[in-house]
Parts: sequence; C-alpha cells; structure tokens
Amino acid sequence: MSTVAIPRVEPVLPAGPKKRLSPWQAWGLILLTPYILVLLVFVFYPVGYGLLLARHPESYVRLVDDPIFSRSVVNTLIFLVIGINLKMIVALLLSGFFIQARTWIKWLSLVFILPWAVPSIPTILSVRFMLNPEWGVINHLIFKLTGEDGPNWLNDPTIALSMAILMHIWKSLPFWTLILIAGRLAIPGELYEAASVDGASRWQKFRFITWPSMQTLYLTSSILSMIWTLGDFNSVYLLTGGGPADLTHVLATLGIRYLRLDQVDLSMAAIVCALPLVLPLVYFMMKRLSR
Amino acid sequence: MKPISLRTVTTEAKLLLIGIPVLVWTLLPVYNLFLFSISPKESAFAGNLWPDHPTLHNFAVVFGEKHYYLSHFWLQLWNSLLIAVTVGVLTLIVATCAAFAISRLKVKGGRAVMNLALFTYFIPAAFLAVPMYKTMGNYGLLNNQWALILAMLTIAAPYSIWVLKQASDKLPYELDEAAKMDGASPLQLFRLVYLPLMTPSLVAIGTYALLLAWNEYLYAFLLLSNDRQITLGVALGNFLAADDSPWELLMATGLIYALPPAAIYYVFKRYMVGGLTAGAVKS
Repeated sequence: MSTVAIPRVEPVLPAGPKKRLSPWQAWGLILLTPYILVLLVFVFYPVGYGLLLARHPESYVRLVDDPIFSRSVVNTLIFLVIGINLKMIVALLLSGFFIQARTWIKWLSLVFILPWAVPSIPTILSVRFMLNPEWGVINHLIFKLTGEDGPNWLNDPTIALSMAILMHIWKSLPFWTLILIAGRLAIPGELYEAASVDGASRWQKFRFITWPSMQTLYLTSSILSMIWTLGDFNSVYLLTGGGPADLTHVLATLGIRYLRLDQVDLSMAAIVCALPLVLPLVYFMMKRLSR
Repeated sequence: MKPISLRTVTTEAKLLLIGIPVLVWTLLPVYNLFLFSISPKESAFAGNLWPDHPTLHNFAVVFGEKHYYLSHFWLQLWNSLLIAVTVGVLTLIVATCAAFAISRLKVKGGRAVMNLALFTYFIPAAFLAVPMYKTMGNYGLLNNQWALILAMLTIAAPYSIWVLKQASDKLPYELDEAAKMDGASPLQLFRLVYLPLMTPSLVAIGTYALLLAWNEYLYAFLLLSNDRQITLGVALGNFLAADDSPWELLMATGLIYALPPAAIYYVFKRYMVGGLTAGAVKS
C-alpha cells in the first residue's frame, strides 16, 4: 500500500513553496559556505593578487635575462623526464615483485612504505648528511673500499641535481608502487591461467595481459606524478638549497629564491611562465576525476 | 619431506636479488638518521655501521633543551601538534559539510564548487606559496600561527572534499528518502544518518589533514619565523643555518619528529592506502 502512496506525494511538493528556497537547498548553501569562503579568501584572492604582481612585461624581460631562470627551466625538464620515467618504470617492475605470495615479501612491503610514511624533512637532511664529503657515510665507505676520496657530491651541479632526483624517487616510489600493485591485483587471475595453458612466456603474459590492463592507470599515474614532481620543493631545497651557485634550482624553488631577493614580481612571473606546462596537466586530471 | 627442486631455489634467489637491494635502498637514510641519533658526538663521524658506545645522551640533550638550537624544543613540538590537530579538525568540519551539501543535498552550484576544489588540488602547492605569503602579509597574519593553519586548510580541503564526496555518493539514496518521509530535517539527516555511516572516511580524512600539516615545511617556514611560533619541522631546517651544526642533535630531534606521523600512518594504514589507492585507480 505505502509503495503506491509515495509517487502521489511527490508531485505535490514542488508546486507549493516555489518562491522560497526549499530547506534542503538552503541548508545546502549554508553548509557549503565555509568552503566557498576558504576558496574566495585563500585561493581566488592570492591567485588574483599574484597575477596582478606579475602583470608588468618588464618582469618577464628581466626574468629571461637571468641565467638562473633558464637554468632552472632546464633543470625542471631534466627532473621531470628522468625522475618520472625512472620512478614509474621501477614502480611497475616492483609492483610485479610485491604481488608474489611470500611471507617475507609481505614484511618487506611494510618496510618499503617507510619513506612515504616518514616526514621528508628529517630523511632529506639525513641524506644530505650522508653525502657530506668529509663526514658522510657514503664517502667513508668509498674510502674504506677503494682507499680514494669520494666525490664532493653536493658541490657539483650535475651530481647534486641527480641526487635531488634520487631523493624525490626515494620518497615517492612507495606510493606509486602501491598504486600499481592495486592495478595488478585488479587483473583477473584466470587470464594468466589461460595464458599458461596456452604456453605463454612471462614476457608474453606481461605484453598481452598486464600492460593492456594497466596502461591507462600507468598514464594517469605518470601525469599526476608529473604535477606533484613539478611542485616538489623539499627534495631540492632541503638537499642542495638550490646550490652550488644557484645551479640546481627548479621552478618550485625558484619562486622562493626571488622572494628571498625581494623580487616578488620575478617570483610571480616565473610561476606564470610555468602555467602553460601545468594547466594542461591539471585539466587532464580534472577531466578524469570529475566524472 | 618435500624435495626442494633447483627451480624453486633459483626463483627464490632471483626474488632475493631484488628484495635485498630494495631493503638497503629503503632503509639507508632512515638507518643513518637512527645511527647518528644514538652516536656520541666524537664517534658520530667515524663512519661505523654501529657505534662503539651507543648512547641516549643526544635525546637527553634534546629533551633538556640544552643546546642553542633546541632552546624551544618542547614549545615547538607543542606548536607542531597544536597546528596539526587544528588543521585536522577544521578540514574535517569544512570538508564534511561541503561534501554533504554537494553529494546529498545536491545544492545548486555544487558541481562547480567541486570542480574548483579539484582545480585547486592539482595546482602544485609550491606555486601558490609566494602569493599565499603576500596575501597573509596583506591580511596581517604573518608570524601568526593562524596563517599556517588556514593555508594548510586551503591545501588539505580539496582532496578531502573529493574523497568524502566519492564515499558519500556510494551511500544509498533510499536512506535520505526514508529520513525525509519520517519528517527529518536536513540537519537531522546529517547528524543521525550521514555522520555515522561516513565514520571510516572521516577518520581517513582527519588523519590525512593532520599528517599533511605536521609534515609541511615550505608554508611553515614562509609564514612563521619567530622561534617561539615555528613548528618543529622548521626548527629542523634552521639547523642548516650554520656549517658547524650539531648533526647528532639534529638527527635525534629529527627522529623524535618523524616517529609520531610514522606511527599514525602504520596504525591507520588500512584506511590511508585504501582511500588513496581508490582515488587514483578509479580513473
């Protein structure tokens, strides 16, 4: 009986209080207001103010004239291309390793998340200390094993940037490995069993089962990782401080460098220059997630 | 007894060949951190894999605030905790209300707000740092802990809203209909039906925001500078100011700073990994 009654009640409601907001809509607006305020006061205003500071064309002329800027752009591209590909390929391989059913691998996977679980400040400082040419563990080991002095790691721009990339990979590898493990576990096991029956090799199983099921996830992960890598301030700033001689800055740390030099307009201009790279990636991710 | 074939041995050996480097790579920086925090100052630089005389002296110095760099250790630890908890609570309140309004009340414009939130989430926080710093200056909030709390709320809220909305969309709508039929007001629906059902996601999001604030370095060091207001993370970075910094004390302080978030992460691992993975894999 009651199931019949429901549809009859429904059409009556919208006809009544049409002029005023329904209490559901009104409460919806009230509950949404705190976040809208956060958006207006701490997103729209700063972004608008930042763009206002970056409006002078001469800022960009000075920016392009600054050799540190072009160096930072190159560093950022190297950081992105090497960092992301190396990280994602290793994560893809390791995800295959961690889905092996062994007790010790289960325990290892718990230890493996440690870099992601621990805050980055102390671990990056620890690595900075390990790489110290005089007191660091690494050069001690090199001296013990070969009798020669190790390299002056963070005083060489190429090595220093490589170390910052490795630092970034150390920190974020566990996260992406976990994501890809979840992707691998979602592939039905029967596919592999059927392939085994047909006598497929391990490479063929990867090539024709694993990769086709994972490639969308792999691409999405790479793009999200690209956005996060662009914004990785700590791995560079805490490890090299942008040095030696400001040669290892990336776009994420360059803004802070200009702020320190009291050149806020350059700082904002540098960020505006990065937008053509960032916005398409952001748009791509938004499209994927807002479905 | 099962005979162990050559094949099994080779497979295990191959797995170990991957496992051991992975273990060394993962643990090296953490082990170095631990090693130096239990090494006496004079032997800290000897390069041994285990100190001859392991000691807790460094921790005694840290807890007793017996060094220039550590003169506000307890206050800074308290600052870190206070800011992290406040950010966790505020993010939970703002994000839960927004997710409820968008997902359950279907408020007009909710979709647009969700898209704006996602947009904010994907803009790297490091790019927003300088404008945020100038903005806080305009608001007169620099060197005020509220500046950091509000900035972290801004950074933590978008992802929180998105996760809560995803979780909330999965709840059956018959529940809302039934509550409406019984004459429940929106607030009663929120309090009596929505919140209890969302508890696991709320725990995950509260933890996410709390850890994000505790671990933050860039915004913390930009927005706070007074020794009595900075967080412990910024204090760690300040050790780098001089070349002759007491590294063994830095490492001991760093270990203390790293333990609570790591412990929380492992306790809530089920929620954290599940939530994060679901978010990324779904697309």
